Amino acid sequence: MITVEGLGKRYVLAHEIRHDTVRDSLAQGARKLLRGWNRGGDPTSEEFWAIRDVSFTLNRGEVMGIIGRNGAGKSTLLKILSRITEPTVGRVHLRGRVASLLEVGTGFHPELTGRENVFLNGAILGMSRQEIRSKFDEIVEFAEVERFLDTPVKHYSSGMYVRLAFAVAAHLEPEILIVDEVLSVGDHAFQKKCIGKMESVSRTNGRTVLFVSHNLSAIRELCQTGVLLSGGTVVCQGPIGDVVSHYTGQMGRRSHYRCPPSFKGELERAAWFESVSLTDSAGASVESYPAGSAAWLEAGLFLRRDLVNAQIAARISTQDGVAVMTTANTDVTRRTSPILQGRHRMRALLPAWLAPGFYSVTIAIHEPRRHDHCTVNDAIQFEITPGQSPATALHDDRRGFVEPIIAWEPLPPN
Amino acid sequence: MTTNEAFTIEAGRAERNYWIDLWRFRELLGFLAWRDIKVRYKQTVLGACWALIQPLVTLVVFTLVFGKMARMPSGNSPYPLLVLAGLLPWQLFSNSLSGASGSLFTNSHLISKVYFPRLLVPLSAVAVALVDFVIVLTLYFGMSVAYGYTPDWRVIVIPIYIFATLLASLGAGLWLAALTARYRDFRFVVPFIVQVGVFLSPVGFSTMNVPNWRIAYSINPVVGIIDGFRWCLLRADAPFYWPSQLIGMLMTITLLYSGIRYFRSTERRLADII
Repeated sequence: MITVEGLGKRYVLAHEIRHDTVRDSLAQGARKLLRGWNRGGDPTSEEFWAIRDVSFTLNRGEVMGIIGRNGAGKSTLLKILSRITEPTVGRVHLRGRVASLLEVGTGFHPELTGRENVFLNGAILGMSRQEIRSKFDEIVEFAEVERFLDTPVKHYSSGMYVRLAFAVAAHLEPEILIVDEVLSVGDHAFQKKCIGKMESVSRTNGRTVLFVSHNLSAIRELCQTGVLLSGGTVVCQGPIGDVVSHYTGQMGRRSHYRCPPSFKGELERAAWFESVSLTDSAGASVESYPAGSAAWLEAGLFLRRDLVNAQIAARISTQDGVAVMTTANTDVTRRTSPILQGRHRMRALLPAWLAPGFYSVTIAIHEPRRHDHCTVNDAIQFEITPGQSPATALHDDRRGFVEPIIAWEPLPPN
Repeated sequence: MTTNEAFTIEAGRAERNYWIDLWRFRELLGFLAWRDIKVRYKQTVLGACWALIQPLVTLVVFTLVFGKMARMPSGNSPYPLLVLAGLLPWQLFSNSLSGASGSLFTNSHLISKVYFPRLLVPLSAVAVALVDFVIVLTLYFGMSVAYGYTPDWRVIVIPIYIFATLLASLGAGLWLAALTARYRDFRFVVPFIVQVGVFLSPVGFSTMNVPNWRIAYSINPVVGIIDGFRWCLLRADAPFYWPSQLIGMLMTITLLYSGIRYFRSTERRLADII
């Protein structure tokens, strides 16, 4: 159904000098002339292979998961398979109609109503007007937004927005479906529903699905086979169980994150995290902290342009990918504020009530409901050591990810 | 969604069945145009009246400046009708040109996330301009009745000239759209072209006022088009001038052909540069 042979994609990174204006190009050209042509290679640019030598085969009706860290080349691979960008070398043979879902709600227009957006989005994803009309009621029912169908989606809550967007996508009927990390949005119950829908779709219709996610339990549930990418190459492929355990083994623990060089080459990327780490109150980097005390999550950020409504959010999840909590820089102010072009550093005080264990931090900068600029999944991992956790005092066996200190009061008998 | 048959993705191979794909995605063209039309006048008080206000104001100003102050001749036809008959294609051309030029940039979120023949994007911008044009065209017919100078049989030729306008603006629009995607400088060039173009084209006066330069003047494809519109709308008052028509047609074809070529060559790398 899909055969990928020696696929590679090369980007040329220009250092500092960017060719966004003719003047830049002219200046660059003049500089090159002065240096002479024969020096070979442009010293201000550097080649970068986002993916290289990627080969695999996917059979009809198979559901394959693609996993790997940020910058491993997953998105580039999906972009090539969905024909958004061309490979530099190698080839892909496909048989059947392809629909790709690299983002939830691509092309949704905030001024249009829910009804109008279903048609627009459906058409963008490749459905015919006839197809959309026949599935319209089903889509609306799945999204649970009947009452707001004629309201512009700019008035929707983010949950409703995502539900409607996913509902359209879930009703596509291509032979090959390419899905990128769409389940990371939306609430848990809806995620379950989507997974159920995707599962039923692939089982009954024999649809081939290529699925990228950081939600390892979803991957395990849905996929039969997997491919693990690292640094743009295939590290491991085979039955999904093996690939996932290879990945978790490889992932180990990382206490410090630095952005991959590919981000600078992605000109559409307006903002990204340059570094993420865990620090103590003095600013020194740490890998763990004892329960009952606190540590800071510190992030270095780079913005290519001013962002008017930016929000920076961090999610702490367990090693199995279960989210424990999410926090954002808007928690206190309750509204987004502009962040200016350039470098920024910020930190957030992590809570003292996390139960001992290993955790992973996912961090993102986005403009709510508009644009996700950068999401670093599992940027860093840290450990909460037992320390002064309430449980340690009596050595009791507690369950749960949080151990808040809660006051109990005796009441007079009634 | 793409073909039902097998196909191959490979460097340089791109879309071998590009034109078939374009046809398959024709419904999307309609949806994109419909979206832009629908959204355009949201949260405005006057709504679609804006499509009329701009040409009306330009019409009054041009009639005063060229007709009354400069006292340019207009033959037997009323000066306002002469101006409006020129303004019609000019507005269609300039709206469609600026829409198409900016279209890749304004739809970059789509381009980096879904596949479809990118040519649909500028095409939909052209379709949007056509809708505004139809509104102004009805204004023309209303005014011609008011002036008692309704068009004669020649008016049946007008669809051909409308089509020619679309082709010319699409040709130039494709060039500028692809250039804008690469070099953002062209975002500033387009408004300038439109601003200057209205005076470089015979919008406010008849081409018969430039007898000596008429051949050279025709290199601007809009000249032949405006002449054609006046021939269709102003009875026998605007005689048919073959040389200018042929040169204009040649320019339009060249512009369109080279525009498609350049657009298609940029298209393959579009998601990487936009």
